[in-house]
Amino acid sequence: MKYMLMMNHAGQGPYAMMSWPQEDIRAHIAFMVSFAKKLSSTGELLAAEGLAGPDQARLVKAGADGKPITDGVFPESKEFLVGYWMVEVDSPERAHAIAAEASTAPGLGGKPMNMNIEVRQVMSGPPPEFL
Amino acid sequence: MKSPASHPIESLLREHAPRVLGAILRRFRDFGASEDAVQEALLAAAMQWPVGGVPENPRAWLIQVASRRITDQVRAEAARRHREELVVSMVPPELQLVLPVMGDESMGRDDTLALLFMCCHPALTTSSAIALTLRAVGGLTTAEIARAFLVPEATMAQRISRAKQSIHASGVPFQKPTPEETAARLGAVLHVLYLIFNEGYTATSGPQVLRTDLSGEAIRLTRMLHTLLPEDGEVAGLLALMLLTDARRAARTGPLGELIPLDAQERGRWDAAMIAEGVALISATLSKGSLGLYQVQAAIAAVHDEAVRAEDTDWPQILALYGVLMGLTDNPMVALNHAIATAMVHGPRTGLTLLDVLHQSGRLDGSHRLDAVRAHLLERAGEPAKAVVHYRKAAERTTSQPERDYLLLQAARLSEGMGA
Repeated sequence: MKYMLMMNHAGQGPYAMMSWPQEDIRAHIAFMVSFAKKLSSTGELLAAEGLAGPDQARLVKAGADGKPITDGVFPESKEFLVGYWMVEVDSPERAHAIAAEASTAPGLGGKPMNMNIEVRQVMSGPPPEFL
Repeated sequence: MKSPASHPIESLLREHAPRVLGAILRRFRDFGASEDAVQEALLAAAMQWPVGGVPENPRAWLIQVASRRITDQVRAEAARRHREELVVSMVPPELQLVLPVMGDESMGRDDTLALLFMCCHPALTTSSAIALTLRAVGGLTTAEIARAFLVPEATMAQRISRAKQSIHASGVPFQKPTPEETAARLGAVLHVLYLIFNEGYTATSGPQVLRTDLSGEAIRLTRMLHTLLPEDGEVAGLLALMLLTDARRAARTGPLGELIPLDAQERGRWDAAMIAEGVALISATLSKGSLGLYQVQAAIAAVHDEAVRAEDTDWPQILALYGVLMGLTDNPMVALNHAIATAMVHGPRTGLTLLDVLHQSGRLDGSHRLDAVRAHLLERAGEPAKAVVHYRKAAERTTSQPERDYLLLQAARLSEGMGA
């Protein structure tokens, strides 16, 4: 079964990492790199991407003429998606365990951030009897 | 893609791929079907040769197998539609094919060139042209190309098949380009090769470590093109630029995939043989009095690569070369690099003045590069607080993760230095 693990950043504004000291930024990056390596070595990692910051985000909807209407500034939102992992695992428990590990990524002062990781199962194709 | 040395059969196959396809195409005309048949022949060889040995004439073997595949296909198709029409010819289709004279080198060369021009046809989108070039000329499988670009195999297969349809619809005949066509369309071919190189070169860390070596493939294809068109200055220039850039690969990232800027790289880790080849190539080309965008960029890369230490860099020469480049193109990124070279020769204040002009022109609006360069020059001008602001602004705007991390670390380093 496949899961999407989403890392959210509280509120709008620039990423918290923007104001961390060098050492903490390095530790955070090192954690993320080795976490991705570990997941891919177990064969569980399908994809992992970081998303560009709120400054780059746009809200788009179609106008009456079908043309895109974009919102120049990202509107107020409590949470902002920073990045995600897609994993393929044998059980929901395993997905939760991976999410918990991601949650411990070091933050300011090298302390675990224990941030919220949203875990969502990816829906699968139709069951065999429908094929 | 592995190194040619460790997989001689694989590299042998890829060497032959474009010429085999050329031979098949000349006979069957249908680009899509020919390309599929050659892929199947390459796969068959990859499975059979390691076990049964490489045939005496590998290209003839491949042409024969591909011809058989395409004939089978044509026959199956025909059988399905009009069974009776088959009797029209009493000669079996595969016997209608006379294998070409294998010693015909010029034909093979022309075929490869014609193929490159076909795959980089202006009717194709850039991403399609890239995919098709890697498959039809590079001999890579769809799965390999998909892995290299981190897209699902089905997506890549679709991209390739749409590219083939576009070529079919465009009605371009498969033939050696005339000198006029070569002149008019070589630019598109070089651009595609350059993009393939960049795609490989800018991949750095994270899941990307799984990427196959696109830069190596781009160099191989450009080298092949240089053999076909040895007198063309821009082809030589692009090959030199790739070699001189790729030579720094080992030194440009740290253990975590973090970017290391040119002036901080451990130069002992640069590939001396690649630099020597690139320098010799660009020197020979420039001495012929030829000038073009790739050649000038290669010349700039050569000046960087020849400096034993960063402080030995001949910046006045680089500045002069950027001046030449500005005369060839009005690309604002070139103007930005010209401002950096100016700052290195005449001081950061002069560079910052040029940045103001660029900023006012509005031609780099929304680009994080302007902020990144400004931050760098402000730092050198002794204004760390302002530099931090621009490093952060650039970090918020870049869409490259390794670059974002690099810019953040610069901002953090500076603000720690200020005791903030």
